[in-house]
Amino acid sequence: MEFSELIRTGRAQAELLPGPEEAPLRGTLCVTGHHLLLSPGPPSTPDLWLLLLRSVDSIEKRVAGDSGTITLRCKDLRVLQLDIEGVEATLDIARSIEALSSLESVITSFPFFYRPKGLRLGDAWHFHPPERYYKRVARETNAWRLSEVNQDFSLCPSYPRAVIVPRAVDDDALAQCARFRQGGRFPVLCYHHAPSGTVLLRSSQPLIGPQKRRCAEDEDLLRAVLTGARPGAQGFIVDTRSAQAAKQARMTGGGTEAKAAYPGWKRLHRPLERGRALQESFVRLVEACGDTEQSMDRWLSRLEGCRWLAHVKEALSTACLAAQGMEREGACILVHGAEGTDSTLLVTSLAQLILDPLSRTITGFQELVEREWIQAGHPFQLRCAHSAFSHARPKHEAPTFLLFLDCVWQLGRQFPLSLEFGEGLLLALFEHAYASPFGTFLCNSEKERCLCEVRTRTHSLWSGLNQPKEQRKLRNPLYVPNPLAIWPSVEPQSLRLWQGLFLRWTRPPEPSEVAWEKVWQIVTEREKTGDSAHSFCLSPQPKQ
Amino acid sequence: MEHIRTTKVEQVKLLDRFSTSNKSLTGTLYLTATHLLFIDSHQKETWILHHHIASVEKLALTTSGCPLVIQCKNFRIVHFIVPRERDCHDIYNSLLQLSKQAKYEDLYAFSYNPKQNDSERLQGWQLIDLAEEYKRMGVPNPHWQLSDANREYKICETYPRELYVPRIASKPIIVGSSKFRSKGRFPVLSYYHQEKEAAICRCSQPLSGFSARCLEDEHLLQAISKANPVNRYMYVVDTRPKLNAMANRAAGKGYENEDNYSNIRFQFVGIENIHVMRSSLQKLLEVNGTKGLSVNDFYSGLENSGWLRHIKAVMDAAIFLAKAIMVENASVLVHCSDGWDRTSQVCSLGSLLLDSYYRTIKGFMVLIEKDWISFGHKFSERCGHLDGDPKEVSPVFTQFLECVWHLTEQFPQAFEFNEAFLLQIHEHIHSCQFGNFLGNCQKEREELKLKEKTYSLWPFLLDDLKKYLNPLYSSKSQRFTVLEPNTVSFNFKFWRNMYHQFDRTLHPRQSVFNIIMNMNEQNKQLEKDIQDLESKIKQCKNKQSDGVLTKELLHSVHPESSALKTSLCLKEQTLLPVNDALRTIEGSNPADNRYCDYTEEFSKAEPGVVSLEYGVARMTC
Repeated sequence: MEFSELIRTGRAQAELLPGPEEAPLRGTLCVTGHHLLLSPGPPSTPDLWLLLLRSVDSIEKRVAGDSGTITLRCKDLRVLQLDIEGVEATLDIARSIEALSSLESVITSFPFFYRPKGLRLGDAWHFHPPERYYKRVARETNAWRLSEVNQDFSLCPSYPRAVIVPRAVDDDALAQCARFRQGGRFPVLCYHHAPSGTVLLRSSQPLIGPQKRRCAEDEDLLRAVLTGARPGAQGFIVDTRSAQAAKQARMTGGGTEAKAAYPGWKRLHRPLERGRALQESFVRLVEACGDTEQSMDRWLSRLEGCRWLAHVKEALSTACLAAQGMEREGACILVHGAEGTDSTLLVTSLAQLILDPLSRTITGFQELVEREWIQAGHPFQLRCAHSAFSHARPKHEAPTFLLFLDCVWQLGRQFPLSLEFGEGLLLALFEHAYASPFGTFLCNSEKERCLCEVRTRTHSLWSGLNQPKEQRKLRNPLYVPNPLAIWPSVEPQSLRLWQGLFLRWTRPPEPSEVAWEKVWQIVTEREKTGDSAHSFCLSPQPKQ
Repeated sequence: MEHIRTTKVEQVKLLDRFSTSNKSLTGTLYLTATHLLFIDSHQKETWILHHHIASVEKLALTTSGCPLVIQCKNFRIVHFIVPRERDCHDIYNSLLQLSKQAKYEDLYAFSYNPKQNDSERLQGWQLIDLAEEYKRMGVPNPHWQLSDANREYKICETYPRELYVPRIASKPIIVGSSKFRSKGRFPVLSYYHQEKEAAICRCSQPLSGFSARCLEDEHLLQAISKANPVNRYMYVVDTRPKLNAMANRAAGKGYENEDNYSNIRFQFVGIENIHVMRSSLQKLLEVNGTKGLSVNDFYSGLENSGWLRHIKAVMDAAIFLAKAIMVENASVLVHCSDGWDRTSQVCSLGSLLLDSYYRTIKGFMVLIEKDWISFGHKFSERCGHLDGDPKEVSPVFTQFLECVWHLTEQFPQAFEFNEAFLLQIHEHIHSCQFGNFLGNCQKEREELKLKEKTYSLWPFLLDDLKKYLNPLYSSKSQRFTVLEPNTVSFNFKFWRNMYHQFDRTLHPRQSVFNIIMNMNEQNKQLEKDIQDLESKIKQCKNKQSDGVLTKELLHSVHPESSALKTSLCLKEQTLLPVNDALRTIEGSNPADNRYCDYTEEFSKAEPGVVSLEYGVARMTC
């Protein structure tokens, strides 16, 4: 397939209104295979305005007289307006954008063509999180091993090649477990909490079914987890569905662990919203945020009605529950819902952030996202196919990852000195998860990424982000390592709407940006004066 | 003290307000003449000033004792359980008496003794000089002059002695106008914008009824518009909702008829009255106090209370003022009913938007002294200092502080002071510890001889200046001369640090302000040290042409400054010593376990497991 077949009009004269407080941009509009370009024309600067077509969420066209208007609503929640000369040109450009922005083929997507200066292909794909993380676990405990049983993705198509499992369980038993868990997602280790010697595991639901099936290997595995931690250790299974829903899942072949079959393990149900309901919540919040004219009462009632902050609260408190179980109760925790690829990951990744100081560094957080979301098989391609503006009926879309980022932002607000990264990194991850020139968030699982050769043919977002010029945008200038667990308050009075994301394009950003600039200035000044005062102390010494 | 029967009760429990598992601290309760004091087993002290107590409630006896709930005006709520009902009853009765004094002379300010002599006290009172302030604004000038009409409080008892009026307004006009205005509060100058030569004036509603007119009043308004050489028309802003203003006409009051006054443009801005505001706050507090509050209940409660809607209305009115002056160059006259509540809010906030001076610490004190204290906002009645009519109590000034807080959130660099400053002022409008906010008008304050018998708050705030500075403040920035806040609904947030000031579990565990403040301090200290060292080196070089720089040199510069040494040692690893970084707001200590519980699921799941509390990261000090 050639892109040229989809491009009806190459170019047209147009004026772009990038946002409420920005100056309009005038020039020649041009549609290419992956981008929408606006070139201001020869006399002015060579400043080219560029939009990745993939990031267009919905498109709306209107014609009047001999010109037309196209409104582009982007996946990063930006709204752009293009005034185009010529009715034909408007319609053609609209159709081209529509066709090109909804292409589903992965290997013709932009990351496969993107070759930025200063980056080499294959860089930063050196992240091999399970293996890398295992090294750390192996230093702390001997009860776990790295298994390559999933080397060819045959056991579980959504797991990476290597997983961390109890040393006492062999690969054959794992194969049996995989058969007993939906999608083959048998319980694997995601975090070892060294101070208490307990572990955090995740899996999918067991396939109990109406006949109440059991699986001896699965039961052995969970027993081995407890004995590996400490003789007589306790375990909690955090099911992210309600007790009712978990029971109902039996009718469709799923279910939840029976008490009698897993001695030492107790079940807790913490229903978390998922799927379509979560997507709708997101859509309604974004709708409310787009209306700058509404009264105070209307705004507050819409904020309540969309329930987004209620989801934030639930996610955070469930993560706290899991973290508390490990740290305070000395219990092992297994988290799962149904498929184990959405709310499960939300809980396990947040719990790690609360407990593990290393995951709060920039590198640690990137590893956490890579290990607990990308490699753990969160289906990014399905979940992030559309953002909040799409008119298409949502099929598999759900902003689970965005909810995770929002929760991290709340943690950062409550512990402003304890995260090495700032809002900038979270915003970047949100943008790139939905549309990106990098390959990191492509596909739904490691298996698919291998098939598409993502690793060798695209650039990694991490190498893009870790370039020195990006650092200032991503770092938290006030970071000081905090060796303690960070327990957030989950009272509604303590949670706040993430204005930096949801109102990013509707509010003037300057005052807070200027203020952060000032913070940077104070911090760097500190380093400077510190340095020179330091050298003063040192330099006279040789003369003694 | 005749009201105190029991001074000490042991084994009292203090319940955590938000804990769903009824966590408590045990300690001893002391009752003094001025304070209620609770000392828990970790020796942590909780002081509650009697004047801060808004209500005391004795709940039904339980198995563990008699519950006593105390609500404070600074939004602290404490829940004690006293083991013996008799003790509880005694304390309850004492607090009822002590928290509601009948006479001004019994208030704390009259017994508070900070160990200053009379001249220091007098100096304190002279810190804020309003005559100086009017000079700064640029009056008197060819258009405006000081009027001596109210020198003896003859025309208006609730106005200050010194008032500025248009030069062309003669005394008979002023007297005539005052007779046509509710409580004699005729139009006077509140703020003069030098550059635009436009003024903000204030007054009370006219006694116009359905048809009454007053030529003197019409003349006075004309004089105000003529005092503006640039723009001939002026705005008359009635801060009430139109319906309320119309209802007032039936009582012989009302609002200006545009036909009778030349060159005025009349405008309602719709801020609700003190009773609506009081019940709005009441609703807000009820929502907040709920245990295990859900997100949805919180937001629907916030909406139903209407509190943020009222805050937005005040802010919008102030913006109207600022725009009239900046964009149209027009003078504005503001009134409500009596001109001491909504009018004070709008005039002071409008001036704050226009003049960056009021955004400094000193300037903000001046602003409060001018538009609130001197123009007769009835602090004692609104704050319920004495045992009076509960219907006169209303959070008008609290709303003003909240509007200012919202501005500080939108313009983080425009204010010299920080949130703690606003909270501290709020604390003291109710504390009755200083004389500034006692009484309802200047005349009353003079009769109480406050300047001789009590102290002024402001010098005490300045003594603690460091605590109140905004490290991000940039005084030079041109962009902040006039603030143009955006009042889109998203920008109004619940002010957690005000309404939950004492509920520590709800707050961020680390404070950005503190750390930036520390850094700023250290930067300054280090720069100074560098300079010292440089000059020392120069001196040494001069003295001993190329002699030995002794160790003594290094140590002589700052033998006492050990903080600097540590920070230098730690430079390589961290920005600040770790302890510093982990210190939280309000300096908590290790004994202060700020637990909050997310759930009790564990205990439900298995009765064998004792109820669980989530720990807050323990802040090491």
